[in-house]
Amino acid sequence: MATARLLGASIKRREDPRFITGKGNYTDDLKLPGMTYAAFVRSPHAHARIASIDTSKAKSSPGVVAVFTGKDMAGVNSLPCGWDLNKGKNIPGVVQDLVMVPHMPLTSDVARHVGDPVAVVIAESQDAANDAAELVAVQWQPLPSVTATDRAAQASGAQLHASAPSNVAFKWELGGGDVDAAFKSADVVVKKRIVNQRLVANAMEPRACVARYEDSTGDLTLWVTSQNPHVHRLLMCAFVLGIPEHKVRVIAPDVGGGFGSKIFLYNEEVVCSWATRQVKRPVRWTATRREAYLTDAQGRDHVTDAAMAMSKDGKILGLHVKTIANMGAYLSTFAPAIPTFLYGTLLNGVYAIGAIKVEVTGVFTNTTAVDAYRGAGRPEACYVLERMVDAAAAALKMDPADVRRKNFIPKFSGAFQTLVAVAYDSGDYGKAFDRLLQMFDYKKFRADQAEARKQGRYLGVGFSTYIEACSIAPSKVVGALGAGAGLYESGKVRVHPTGMVTVYTGSHSHGQGHETTFAQLVADDLQIPIEHVEVVHGDTGAIPFGMGTYGSRSASVGGTALRMSVNKIKEKGKKIAAHLLEASAGDIEYTAGQFQVRGAPGKAVPFGAVALTAYVPHNFPEGLEPGLEETSFYDPSNFCFPFGAHACVVEIDPDTGQAKIVRYLAVDDVGNVINPMIVDGMVHGGVAQGAAQALWEGAVYDDQSGQLVTGSLMDYALPKADMLPMYETDRTETPTPVNPLGIKGAGETGTIAATPAVVNAVVDALSGLGVDHIETMPLTPERVWTTLQAAQSKK
Amino acid sequence: MKTSVSVTINGVKHTHEVEPRLLLVHYIRELAGLTGTHVGCDTSQCGACTIHLNGQAVKSCTLLAVQVDGAQIKTIEGMATDGKLHPIQDAFWEKHGLQCGFCTPGMIMSAAQILERYPKPTEEQIRHQLEGNLCRCTGYHNIVKAIQYAAEQMAGK
Repeated sequence: MATARLLGASIKRREDPRFITGKGNYTDDLKLPGMTYAAFVRSPHAHARIASIDTSKAKSSPGVVAVFTGKDMAGVNSLPCGWDLNKGKNIPGVVQDLVMVPHMPLTSDVARHVGDPVAVVIAESQDAANDAAELVAVQWQPLPSVTATDRAAQASGAQLHASAPSNVAFKWELGGGDVDAAFKSADVVVKKRIVNQRLVANAMEPRACVARYEDSTGDLTLWVTSQNPHVHRLLMCAFVLGIPEHKVRVIAPDVGGGFGSKIFLYNEEVVCSWATRQVKRPVRWTATRREAYLTDAQGRDHVTDAAMAMSKDGKILGLHVKTIANMGAYLSTFAPAIPTFLYGTLLNGVYAIGAIKVEVTGVFTNTTAVDAYRGAGRPEACYVLERMVDAAAAALKMDPADVRRKNFIPKFSGAFQTLVAVAYDSGDYGKAFDRLLQMFDYKKFRADQAEARKQGRYLGVGFSTYIEACSIAPSKVVGALGAGAGLYESGKVRVHPTGMVTVYTGSHSHGQGHETTFAQLVADDLQIPIEHVEVVHGDTGAIPFGMGTYGSRSASVGGTALRMSVNKIKEKGKKIAAHLLEASAGDIEYTAGQFQVRGAPGKAVPFGAVALTAYVPHNFPEGLEPGLEETSFYDPSNFCFPFGAHACVVEIDPDTGQAKIVRYLAVDDVGNVINPMIVDGMVHGGVAQGAAQALWEGAVYDDQSGQLVTGSLMDYALPKADMLPMYETDRTETPTPVNPLGIKGAGETGTIAATPAVVNAVVDALSGLGVDHIETMPLTPERVWTTLQAAQSKK
Repeated sequence: MKTSVSVTINGVKHTHEVEPRLLLVHYIRELAGLTGTHVGCDTSQCGACTIHLNGQAVKSCTLLAVQVDGAQIKTIEGMATDGKLHPIQDAFWEKHGLQCGFCTPGMIMSAAQILERYPKPTEEQIRHQLEGNLCRCTGYHNIVKAIQYAAEQMAGK
């Protein structure tokens, strides 16, 4: 039976029927007998010593089961930080250091940010828990606080951790080439301060967990909004609670978006898992959106001084970047890796640059912890580079498209060694950019823009030719750089006796559509109907140990693990078929869903018959084990490096300063594609998030009080439908040689590319007035209007 | 003090004794057991809890259960009839108008109201009318396409 190719087909998603009918299975939907409900008591201060906590009134409040503080949690350890920069001290070209600081699930000495949890109330209902939480009396002694990234290290008085003098978490350097010589030989040096503001991930489903301890068996089950259930289990068991890993099952059911924020192990998950063992009843906690703003790990927050050395004909001779990265009050699970190895290593971009030096200082502040948020380090790098390229073009009075083209690394496949440690896999950067300019009709736009200017209208275009590192990641490499984990992925393929197939992946889908794409991959490989393949993910009780989903790794790393298992299935199937056909296994090929003797289509056994034989092995090869099930772990040999070219057209309303996105065009190269519809969808959503950083989103902390003043959806400008355009998308396909699927990764490209494209467009719109940079995002109407007024008054 | 509240949800009558402070969305989720209606925020911004109350799309987090005694309510679970998807549900599937699925029930309930108001909506009308529903995954592109497609399908009937 021949089937049409499923790889590369825009197949409708198989997970959708349950979501469109309200039958999704999210953590907060779960109901268990005997359920109790948790409410956390949190610090109202940015920084305060805890003199005492009186829980007596709360304990006697109606419906309360228990109240716990940090002092009750004896024997429970700090939440771990899984990336230790100290480990990598001997890497050539890298200078680094890091202070590890404790992060207790319930802090009992000092609260270090607004929302830091200090106690938990467990009650018969959520209302009862909330009511009693109000009765927990904490004696606070407020301390001086600091929230501003560029002032944390100089702050007088505000000192977060005794072990980190001046609030410095780490210093890190990376570079290649002679930067001093590059700047000496430059015709023009462009210097800019670039502020990449703090963002809040805002997955639509707030974080939640249900923890259930079975006293009779000692089994603990944790349902949790996680992008990586095995990582949650390992960190919680081995580092924090010291409970046996094999007695703990972590289930991440349907998860309503993650964007990085659901990678990490959080206080509440640990506290509920500990508390269920005390009260011996299930404990449920679901974040309110306000709690999500105060406690979900946030993203970005860099202040950067960048200098670019240019020759007068537009070649990039050198780049020097000094960045202060705000880590927040504690080191979240993977936080130290984000502004270092996922940032500095991307500053080569798609350009042949003479020399690069990057210096990063990580600082502690009295704010929510910062960790990976969609793109994680790579958007920050891309923003610095793409903003600097445009500023350099302006300084040289050159077309930004020409400057890009002059500096692109020529087409290559195999390896391009950058100046910042990583080696790219394959690239054809000029091709993607040419495709973009063709879609866009760039020449016509410049003519339209000139015409508009005569009419007093401010039209602008911004480009972004980005690169990202994904398919995370080679375990040996990340281990040498400080990771506490390997970053392989698992994939198990179980063929049932009837030839039906269940696929178990360590990747986790929280919107990515794995139930469709992995079924496409396996069904295509086995040339069986997609209806015969079911995908299971998100349950440590069902799947082999896996590392989860982030860093655009699922298809490339998780998919390859499945391909490896399918290949093993085929190899075993060939032995079974050879036995049935009285042929040599070496002469059997797998084609059109059957095992056949090469060159003899009449001599064949269908896939299903081989499966049945494997489980009813009456007539079976000597020495071969029955059954047909294979597991593989794939550890990539390198990162993959998707790239592309985006363009944004904006028009500024000079009366209000409002920047309207008129057109948005994206040409992405993510290597081979399993399902174009799904990839396009991820590009759309990524672009929306990136554009929103450019124009609207930003977490703002009050300088004096340390309060998050953008702490709700009323105050934090998440984009709405009428703020965004239809996106025009296209692709080039440059397969990666790193994995057999040729897939690079597609989950973060839009977010990485869009922010500089939109900001560059706004700056371009105002370039006629001499504007070549706006230091701080988001480019709100007020900020654009002020820039425009200042530029006009200078004229 | 508890108060008795009776409502008809998707044609089924429910009666419960509730605290006056109970939000309608929690009545629907916790007492009626219909968990397709979601809670995504606490300030009536996200629209994940959108339902139809006596034929009007409303945010069920913005009403107390005691305010709706005697009302007719439709939730996402009531949109498909006789095992057949509502054309808007089908359109979201067809046009990939969802990724994580969390905002989707609210989006579909709002879309139904939009198409009642504007059977042939312009893109601008759809985007404006979706103001009360947030999606973090799709960038809205395919949601708009889905509602346009649903309008075509429903007009063709």
